[in-house]
Amino acid sequence: MRFLILCSLLFPLAAGPLARAVSTRVEPRLATWLLTGAALLLAGTSCGALGLLVLSPLVRMPWLARLGDWSSSIVAGAGLPGGWTSLVAAAALGAALLAAVAFVIRRARALADVRRHARSLPGRGELIVTGDVAANAYAVPGRPGRIVVSTGMLDVLDDRGRTALLAHERAHLSGRHHWFTSVARFAASANPLVRPLASAVDYTVERWADESAAATVGDRQLVARAIANAALAAKATRAAQARAGAFGAVGPALWNTASARWLFIRGRGPLAKAGPVPRRVAALLAPALTPRRGLPALAASLIVLGAAALCAILAADHLQDLISFAHASVD
Amino acid sequence: MRRQQRAADPQVPDRAADQGQGQAQLRGRETQDRASGLGQDGDLRGEVPEQGGGAAAGRRAAGALESAVLGVLWQASAPLSPGEVREKLARSDSAGPSLSYSTVVTILTRLHEKGSLSRERDGRAYRYAPVSDEAGLAARRLSQLLDRSADREAVLSRFVADLSEQDEELLRSLLGGASEEAQDAGTAGPEEARGRR
Repeated sequence: MRFLILCSLLFPLAAGPLARAVSTRVEPRLATWLLTGAALLLAGTSCGALGLLVLSPLVRMPWLARLGDWSSSIVAGAGLPGGWTSLVAAAALGAALLAAVAFVIRRARALADVRRHARSLPGRGELIVTGDVAANAYAVPGRPGRIVVSTGMLDVLDDRGRTALLAHERAHLSGRHHWFTSVARFAASANPLVRPLASAVDYTVERWADESAAATVGDRQLVARAIANAALAAKATRAAQARAGAFGAVGPALWNTASARWLFIRGRGPLAKAGPVPRRVAALLAPALTPRRGLPALAASLIVLGAAALCAILAADHLQDLISFAHASVD
Repeated sequence: MRRQQRAADPQVPDRAADQGQGQAQLRGRETQDRASGLGQDGDLRGEVPEQGGGAAAGRRAAGALESAVLGVLWQASAPLSPGEVREKLARSDSAGPSLSYSTVVTILTRLHEKGSLSRERDGRAYRYAPVSDEAGLAARRLSQLLDRSADREAVLSRFVADLSEQDEELLRSLLGGASEEAQDAGTAGPEEARGRR
């Protein structure tokens, strides 16, 4: 049982390679589902393993044994982990649960704020154009979701580029992409080792929206150029505004957190140190990912996840078996 | 943020103009763009993305000038003539020392065409005032919202994330490779503007 628990605690270390392999090789929609599921599973099994470590000394307590009507001497003789291990596990589990609850509260507030904002935007149309000279565009999830685009952004895109932009943002809204990123972040808040998977989901939902925009305009290169030009223009206008003193130090702060997240899924090659935008552009310029090409990565990740789930289930099963055996011995 | 200050300032009279809905605005813009083709309009537009590239080191790019002019007008309590705008720009030094009168007029006219400014005739010249459009105010409220927490940023999906310097170089090289293959570019962005010059 010690070995199974140790395995369950170590499996999240596979999050980094898993995130890299799936986000670069598997088709984005499937990759998003897979990575979000993987984040939940790995965080869940590792927290479950911590829970077993905390339970192990508890079930040896005579009062609990009396309460549950099992033999404490049999359980004590089974060599369950305990002592300092359990204390450390309890601290870690407490921290994980606290972080997860704090995350849920924060994210729920943010979602409520954004929903309110979506309602307060003028008009009833899906698209809102602001007279802002800075190039900016974003989707606001809500019922209905809204898409906000600045005139600065429209200026750098031509008709088809604009269509691609709108298709991209619509894909975010209709696919409810913020739920995927939120669930993956939730898992990462409970177990920081899972963070690479959450960063990868942030990336794959963008890829998903990019590919759906490409399907709408029927030209992947066009979408790649639209993204690249929009990003360059956004950077230029932001720099100009910072110089003119029109905007505060908001941009750089958010920027750092975004790139810091990205740190977790770096690979090799010319894009090794690239942020998400160049990666998206490069992915669109390269041939589309076929299901066949993603098959090895998909199979490997399913095997890893299956093994992680099996370890956790076996560990829990072991404890349960032991207790039912001890229970039977009392009778 | 000057605009936000103004939006929050009760002393400044709110010149809320009915801007209509975004859809209508976008359609309006598209027809305008199609009508003007890539003539004068395109020249000004093309300069915006170039500022980050360091190519426009000596010359001030249109985007920066526009935001500086808008900044001056947002701070003013009454509509300003081009001469007054130029004077205030020089005093605040945010737009550099020497801007010609005609440059200021060009920028004001362009901002008016964009719908960012309203104007009224005053003798032979126009006086300009910023249009505090509903959508713009809402967007500014959102950016205030974003200031407070990175979590809100995570909930909104932005079209493009911020670029680092390396990213910018990488993107330019990726764009270079792509534009050779296809001339019917999906953007009226930097590479086209540079090609024309």
